[in-house]
Amino acid sequence: MDARRESEPTPMKNRTRVERKSERELVVTRTINGPARIVFEAWTKPELFRRWWVPKSIGMSLLSCEMDVRVGGKYRLEFEPDAVAFFGTYLEVTPHSRLVWTNEEGGEGGPITTVTFEEKGGKTLLVMHELHSSKEALDAAGTGAADAMVETFAQLDELLLTLGASVGQS
Amino acid sequence: MVQYSSGRLDASFSALSDVTRRGVLEQLGRADASITDLADKFHMTLTGMKKHVGVLEQAGLITTEKVGRVRTCKLGLRQLDEEAAWIERYRQLCDARFDELEKIVEELKRKEKVDGRKKRE
Repeated sequence: MDARRESEPTPMKNRTRVERKSERELVVTRTINGPARIVFEAWTKPELFRRWWVPKSIGMSLLSCEMDVRVGGKYRLEFEPDAVAFFGTYLEVTPHSRLVWTNEEGGEGGPITTVTFEEKGGKTLLVMHELHSSKEALDAAGTGAADAMVETFAQLDELLLTLGASVGQS
Repeated sequence: MVQYSSGRLDASFSALSDVTRRGVLEQLGRADASITDLADKFHMTLTGMKKHVGVLEQAGLITTEKVGRVRTCKLGLRQLDEEAAWIERYRQLCDARFDELEKIVEELKRKEKVDGRKKRE
């Protein structure tokens, strides 16, 4: 019989990969179990997008989510409780395969995000690529995000501890 | 591999939550400096700056060394580690995000199936 206890959740480790590809680039990859068409839909319909982009576990929620998904269209996400806003413009919209947008909340020269959806055998490989204007900008985004999310991540930490998915305990 | 404890991360993150301390890190990124230099630059008392430096040092973000009467501060060796740490945290956020996305995709797939069946009927 399986010795694993019922109460012990199986940690799904490393299904999402984040890699600093160069001084200016950060790449996130993940395979989603579903066709690109559907994953793309979940990414481009605001009523769907808002349900997953801000996972409950981070302790923040979206106040509003406006997305005009077409080339030149704008998006704007506002968070509770402190109304932090993220906004930008879609530069490329290729149905079921590619989205490119700017991140303008930090002023001009913000990072450019490109997401590609690549379907294989009913699954979709997501590659989210962030290109920053300089090494310093990417460094600052990292520590800045860490800074903004001190409390948020404390909650996430608790959750991860509960899930037994803490890192570096080898 | 990435190795860090959450206690140490908490110290790092709370050290970074202060605008002066971030300024000090930026400054030290350009050049090493004494506590007196830093106090001058940030228009603070020596005692005030010593406190900030203490917090940063404890978090492992900087190191200090006393030569003669001057204590010099420089960026800590743990910087690289810290980068690995924020990347790991970002990964955790993305992972949580995509887990939610997966649920929605599952839901849409089911819905499509049901709708498809209805159409055929």
